[in-house]
Amino acid sequence: MIVVRFEHVSKSYPKYHQILTGLKASLLHPSETLRAFKRERFLALDDVSFDIAQGETVGVIGPNGSGKSTTLALIAGVLRPQVGKVEVAGRVAPLLELGAGFHPELTGRENILLNGILLGLTRQEVFARMDEIIAFSELESFLDQPLRTYSSGMMARLGFSVAAHLDPEILLIDEILAVGDLHFQTKCLEKFDEFKKRQVTIILVSHSLGDVRSFCHRVIWLKDGKLAADGEPGFVISRYEEAMAWGTVQSTRGYGRS
Amino acid sequence: MRVEIPQYSLFLIAGLFPWQWLSNSTSAAPNIFLSNATLLKKVRFPRNILVASTVLNDGVHFLVSIPVILGFLLAYGFTPSWSWLIAIPLLVLAQFMMVYGLALAIASLNLFFRDLERLTVLLITFVFFLTPIIYSEGMIPARYQMLLDLNPVAPLILSWRQLFLSGSITWSLVASSYTYALVALGVGSLIYRKLSWKFAEVV
Repeated sequence: MIVVRFEHVSKSYPKYHQILTGLKASLLHPSETLRAFKRERFLALDDVSFDIAQGETVGVIGPNGSGKSTTLALIAGVLRPQVGKVEVAGRVAPLLELGAGFHPELTGRENILLNGILLGLTRQEVFARMDEIIAFSELESFLDQPLRTYSSGMMARLGFSVAAHLDPEILLIDEILAVGDLHFQTKCLEKFDEFKKRQVTIILVSHSLGDVRSFCHRVIWLKDGKLAADGEPGFVISRYEEAMAWGTVQSTRGYGRS
Repeated sequence: MRVEIPQYSLFLIAGLFPWQWLSNSTSAAPNIFLSNATLLKKVRFPRNILVASTVLNDGVHFLVSIPVILGFLLAYGFTPSWSWLIAIPLLVLAQFMMVYGLALAIASLNLFFRDLERLTVLLITFVFFLTPIIYSEGMIPARYQMLLDLNPVAPLILSWRQLFLSGSITWSLVASSYTYALVALGVGSLIYRKLSWKFAEVV
């Protein structure tokens, strides 16, 4: 069963500086602002098509600004494509960045509730999973302390513990595998294996090629918003590494000359 | 300017406390979406909840401040009226709709025009002095009274003050409060609906 389908998807952003100039500029130079707003757009994804089937573990790689995060945002449904179609079937759970969706003054327990509801559970569902989440996080002794007293590693553990118990059908991970200490990382990886067994679709954006290689069944390589390669990890990653190495040679040569 | 009003401190807080709710929420509004950028970019959820929670939070602060008004009332030898029990929820609802609508509009627009924040602060101060809070409506010269009708916040603040000071309600003021509140709510929701799908792009 196909759970994520991109059909000739293009997504562009307005270039930022026009927006930043704000109301003052648009009032003083209305026509210029409007023209700039319409014309100057950054093409983040350019005619990208792929299908992801249920239970696949897909790594998305590519240099900075190649459209990886945009792809995840389109799957999460927070962005709409300008051109093409994005179809997603199933409950999507994004793994959030450190501390996102948490409130520093609330306790760990209250934050679990807040975060769980934000990610699409009902109050009862969160309460039903509360003990499991707490046990997984191993933060029992801190749970009634306000979150601002937590270390960043503890916050990451709490966040991951909530996300891991959402029963997602599609899990989106943007470069945050390395959370907590070694012990907790091992636990995370075990959880991922459990997800894989349960046929959860996992889409992982990462620059850590080692993680992608050991973890994913399939790799999508994005380059300047275009699909450069899509296939078996060993093959795609070695081609990506070659291209990167070649790019580095080129740019260092350029520097040497000037 | 000399203000010749008996029990001025009581008079002042009766208008100032409800005003604080409006002013705190609207001045916080520009940053509501901005400060939750990571969430907006990653999670799909009804974003207006963020605005509603800010407005409700300030609303609770206002409700908690009502006992202070009560204390002043008693200290000056007045007693509160039973009408409060009905009239407070009535006015709270109107004020919530108005503040929520305004905050929603400001929070949404500020993502596209980042300097709206400065303007908001100025406007709030401006409206504060236009609204009879530190002075009474009777002190406005007759030929400027129409400005009072045009001020969307004035009927609400006047209703609150009247309720706290005398326990009475002027229905025409309540009606215009609700009219302005519904307009604010409608415009705010419309702006939010038109813009919200672009939030993740511009935040």
